[in-house]
Amino acid sequence: MAIELNPLEQFKIERLVPLHIGKLDVSYTNSALAMTVVVVLITALIIIGTRRAALVPGRLQSLVEMTYEFVADMIDSNVGREARGYLPFIFSLFTFILLANLLGLVPYSFTVTSHIIITLALALVVFIGVTIIGIVRHGFHFFSLFVPHGVPLPLLIILVPIEVLSYFIRPFTLSIRLFANMLAGHTMLAIFGGFAAAIGLAAIFPVAINTGLIGLELLVAVLQAYVFAILTCLYLRDSIHLH
Amino acid sequence: MDLASAKMIGAGLACIALVGAGIGIGNVFSSLIGAVARNPASQGQVQPFAFLGFALAEATGLFGLAIAFLILFVF
Repeated sequence: MAIELNPLEQFKIERLVPLHIGKLDVSYTNSALAMTVVVVLITALIIIGTRRAALVPGRLQSLVEMTYEFVADMIDSNVGREARGYLPFIFSLFTFILLANLLGLVPYSFTVTSHIIITLALALVVFIGVTIIGIVRHGFHFFSLFVPHGVPLPLLIILVPIEVLSYFIRPFTLSIRLFANMLAGHTMLAIFGGFAAAIGLAAIFPVAINTGLIGLELLVAVLQAYVFAILTCLYLRDSIHLH
Repeated sequence: MDLASAKMIGAGLACIALVGAGIGIGNVFSSLIGAVARNPASQGQVQPFAFLGFALAEATGLFGLAIAFLILFVF
């Protein structure tokens, strides 16, 4: 039983509608289809949920309001009330990653966030945005972020490069955290699925493990979206408040 | 030693990083249980931090797993 290709074949990108602009390959891929489904689903949920806005909300309106409040509370407690202007961005980020992760758990679907290029794009947007916000707001005083308070000079010479390095590693840890969690989870599901397909009646054990794994993957999907959003809030706080 | 065997050995060695993930996650939840046991009313306050800590500890272990996959399937 070939275990080399099978577990990772679920991540293969296929062109559904081949398109080329000159030499640029802009085909509509299965990844693009999954992302379109995610965005349409989020927009539909929010529009339908808030259509007939009742004072005592029904189920869907309640769901939308709870998600909004969750993100709003996250921003209030981590960045501050005055940073509410960033809520649309963080809300979009959170719901996109949440639904992309969850939709990947549907059998035969494609997990958008299991590709490093997509998570890296999201993380770079956050990192570059947060850095620009910090520099615009504080000017050159922004670089005092790398110099902790009340540290003697000999220690500073070692500490500042470490601080700078750990600042610039943020987009990579942010993206790799999400990507590795999704990749590892789905690869394990595929591997145990392969075992179950190969060993006849004893397949009940891999299937039982897979059942437990899907539960864990559900938790990880929601948790990784939350972690991405809250780390964005924390990086934003570092840029705005510089402590 | 040919490339395929070296890849297998490298991937296996990279997975040792998951030991750190296991210890870290155990630490986080043991602290959560201890904190809630001492002060049950603090559960709502402490639990979000526990989940955040779990995700970050797991992430570090999964960096090692990502390197293992990189070695196995990219090089």
